[in-house]
Amino acid sequence: MTDQPAIEIRDLRFAWDGGSTPLLDIPAFDMGADERLFLRGPSGSGKSTLLGLIAGVLEPQSGSIRVLGEDMSSLSGAKRDRMRADHLGVIFQMFNLVPYLSVVQNVTLPCRFSQARRAAIAAAGGPVEEARRLLARLGLTDEKLLARPVTELSVGQQQRVAVARALIGGPNLLIADEPTSALDADARDRFIELLNEEASQSGAALLFVSHDGALASHFDRSVDLSELNRAGVAA
Amino acid sequence: MSGGSILGLAWRSLMNRKGSALLTLLAVALSVALFLGVDKARNGARAGFDNTISGTDLIVGAPTGQINLLLYSVFRLGNATAEISWPTYQDIAGRSDVAWTIPVSLGDSHRGFRVMGTNAAYFEHYKYGSGTALEIAEGRRFDDIYEAVLGASVARELGYGLGSEIVLTHGLGAGGLTDHDDKPFIVTGVLAPTGTPVDQTIHIPLEGMTAIHVGWETGTKSPLADTITEDMIRSFDLTPKTITAVFLGLERRGTILTTQRALNTRAGEPLLAIIPGVALGELWQVTSVVERALIAVSIFVIAVGLVSVLISILTSLNERRREMSILRATGARPGHIFFLMVAEAGLLGFVGALLGVLIVQAGLFVLGPMLASSYGVKLQGLGLAAIDLWTILAVTAAAIFIGFIPAIMALRRSLADGLTVKL
Ligand SMILES: Nc1ncnc2c1ncn2[C@@H]1O[C@H](COP(=O)(O)OP(=O)(O)OP(=O)(O)O)[C@@H](O)[C@H]1O
Ligand SMILES: [Mg+2]
Repeated sequence: MTDQPAIEIRDLRFAWDGGSTPLLDIPAFDMGADERLFLRGPSGSGKSTLLGLIAGVLEPQSGSIRVLGEDMSSLSGAKRDRMRADHLGVIFQMFNLVPYLSVVQNVTLPCRFSQARRAAIAAAGGPVEEARRLLARLGLTDEKLLARPVTELSVGQQQRVAVARALIGGPNLLIADEPTSALDADARDRFIELLNEEASQSGAALLFVSHDGALASHFDRSVDLSELNRAGVAA
Repeated sequence: MSGGSILGLAWRSLMNRKGSALLTLLAVALSVALFLGVDKARNGARAGFDNTISGTDLIVGAPTGQINLLLYSVFRLGNATAEISWPTYQDIAGRSDVAWTIPVSLGDSHRGFRVMGTNAAYFEHYKYGSGTALEIAEGRRFDDIYEAVLGASVARELGYGLGSEIVLTHGLGAGGLTDHDDKPFIVTGVLAPTGTPVDQTIHIPLEGMTAIHVGWETGTKSPLADTITEDMIRSFDLTPKTITAVFLGLERRGTILTTQRALNTRAGEPLLAIIPGVALGELWQVTSVVERALIAVSIFVIAVGLVSVLISILTSLNERRREMSILRATGARPGHIFFLMVAEAGLLGFVGALLGVLIVQAGLFVLGPMLASSYGVKLQGLGLAAIDLWTILAVTAAAIFIGFIPAIMALRRSLADGLTVKL
């Protein structure tokens, strides 16, 4: 599956609520198997919507989206969910964590939904072992910190926990939706470096989305959504 | 995709909202406790009443309602409005189809406990439960005019033992002006506890009953009464002129209806003969209307409890949109979101109902002995019964069903929200 391109979009059209004026109209967009790509676009341009389509949570009105070689738009809802559970890691802007789960439980969350991820880390000693290993790599080793409710962690710490969760079980594609917008400049740069490093370590493609073009220098390649998207930007 | 791990998520999510979850559990638990409490009280009272008399084929008294006769003769509730004469009693006792009779005379009391005049046949033939005979725990039966045998509760509550002297009260007052203080009785025996109104009764010979009323024929103490000595009384004919009721057993139970009809249609003094089981059945028919109303009300209360489950989950939905989209992003299928909501509702219903059952059991454990000692009716079937299990199952099922509402709402939202939620 890794030699397949990470993302391959053709003639994609999407409008919210089935409306007639599309928010997205993308003739073509390609991303390589282990590419680390920066996608830039102003607020409201449809970046998060595009990620929803790639993750298979939203369905396009027309066109095709191939993710890791699978045509998401022709898969059933259940298969798309399986695809996401098994092969995708998602990091949000903020509020990434489920408040009633511990740090480790948050990291192992994808393993609850994916047999493939459980199988992938069975050799490493199971989800909890793997979660602790990933957290340690991301600099979260303090037992006292790990025992705290996740709501008491700093935003930067929460985002690192979210990265550990996205990485567990070796997904092939990481999508990060403005994961650094709540961090200061230093923390932001360190976070992006860490994310890049972890993605290349685990051989996953990384699609990083932000409105802040200054971050583009951290990545292999940078794309502007307005260049991809033929639809006029509403906001 | 394992269901157990989603159930674990549901449980943690509930624990994260402990305050509201606890209140909801309390609402469900109390509503279930009310329902089961009503049911247990009903069954307990029935079983207790049904156990009070057995082996007696007919009860005969002066004409009145059959429930009334049953209540005052067996349960010492209310009063006889009329009595039957001694010759009529002898007539009944002499019938060839009658095996045994117990004449009883009621009307006096001692410190709130009923006094019953009867004879040795009572100790021979009166049976309760599934045919258990009365047992003397201490001492012996009465065999002189001024002797008394106490029910277990009377002895315990008033602190009487063998040899205690007791002064009987005319009528049912708590004592005072109308005491028969001229003629105290000596306690010769104490009965073993039965869990029936027998425990609340002071038994004396019929002759003793007559004796304390010499000089009281008008209902109050005449000036003559004090001048009558015990020796004079012993020289009188103390055969009672009237008695309140007769318990009787037949030679052959098959003739029960014939004998009943014969007594009810007998020439001379009019009588009412009742079959205890039938009279109890009629009593239950009267009370069943009330019971059904109570059950209906308590079922509505359970419905209210379930609505509180719905409210608590619905109000949590808004603040949990983010949580749902995280779960979706990490691989949860719509079915998982649905199951999570339904599992929360089911857990609230199940744990709430379980708590309700425990509340009732604890209540019975504490209240049962109190009821038994103050009403003489032992609550039967205290333990867990099938209905407890069924109630837990039904409430859990109903809660799960109700959980479909927030589940469908959460599902729709999580599909519409896509991957991110704008709060
Ligand atoms: N759930 C939704 N239902 C209807 N319309 C939506 C929904 N989510 C987003 N939109 C609309 O789609 C457009 C693009 O939104 P989107 O969130 O994709 O933008 P974005 O590029 O991620 O912006 P930002 O940088 O501010 O996050 C907006 O005009 C928004 O109003
Ligand atoms: Mg966005």
